[in-house]
Amino acid sequence: MAPTTLAGRARPKSGGYELAVWYLIRLTGLGLFVTALGHFMITHVIFDPAEQTADWIAAERWGSIAWRTVDWLMLTFVTFHAFMGMRTVVQDYARGGVRTMLTMALYLGAFVIFAMGTIVVVTMPLPIE
Amino acid sequence: MLFRYRGGEGMLAWAFHRIAGVALFAFILLHVLDIWLAGASPELYDEVLAIYASPIGRVLETLLGAALLYHALNGLRIIIMDFWPAMTRYHRQLWYASWIVFFVLGLPVAYHIMAPAFGLPQFQQILGGA
Repeated sequence: MAPTTLAGRARPKSGGYELAVWYLIRLTGLGLFVTALGHFMITHVIFDPAEQTADWIAAERWGSIAWRTVDWLMLTFVTFHAFMGMRTVVQDYARGGVRTMLTMALYLGAFVIFAMGTIVVVTMPLPIE
Repeated sequence: MLFRYRGGEGMLAWAFHRIAGVALFAFILLHVLDIWLAGASPELYDEVLAIYASPIGRVLETLLGAALLYHALNGLRIIIMDFWPAMTRYHRQLWYASWIVFFVLGLPVAYHIMAPAFGLPQFQQILGGA
């Protein structure tokens, strides 16, 4: 198992890729602290799931480029944070070929999820002024 | 096992963080897929949305919110200790503080999400707004 401190994963001493991932997990985590918690408040407290139909999203939630940019930023943070977080889990519990296979599956999955999220936020028509 | 193996707050904080994180990962996959449907097939998206608004959906969303809030607060605790190592001495106190914030913020939101399932008023109705 990878070394852990009383907090999270120990800062990698090797530098390079692993150290960059370590910093980026924390940076995207801070980004998500604002965007994901804010998103949950918008979708569950300010509005209710019962009213957020596809038409409503197109007309209101994603009625401006600014809100789409915020949500796309959140997508960027969450894709990195979720898939690289799962990569740490895989490294803790899987070895050898299984680890390599699962890690590759995560990288592929991250690409698919990021692409699907980007496509929907970019291609949904803006409301006509 | 969770409560016997070495144990202590630090390990529990870590275990909860990982369990919540894996659950959130699973939800992210579902959530990007359903939002993708909002563009690709709005009718199908609205059917999925009805599940989100159902009583069972609301229970799952309350659990989702709990996982998200715990993971966010404990993540902040991790970042504090990573970049201010002296605070590691107080890792227990930080964990207890995160639980206080968790319940103070989380319980009202849990009420608000669950209220429609019991015919109870949500915040907007309580406050008398629109």
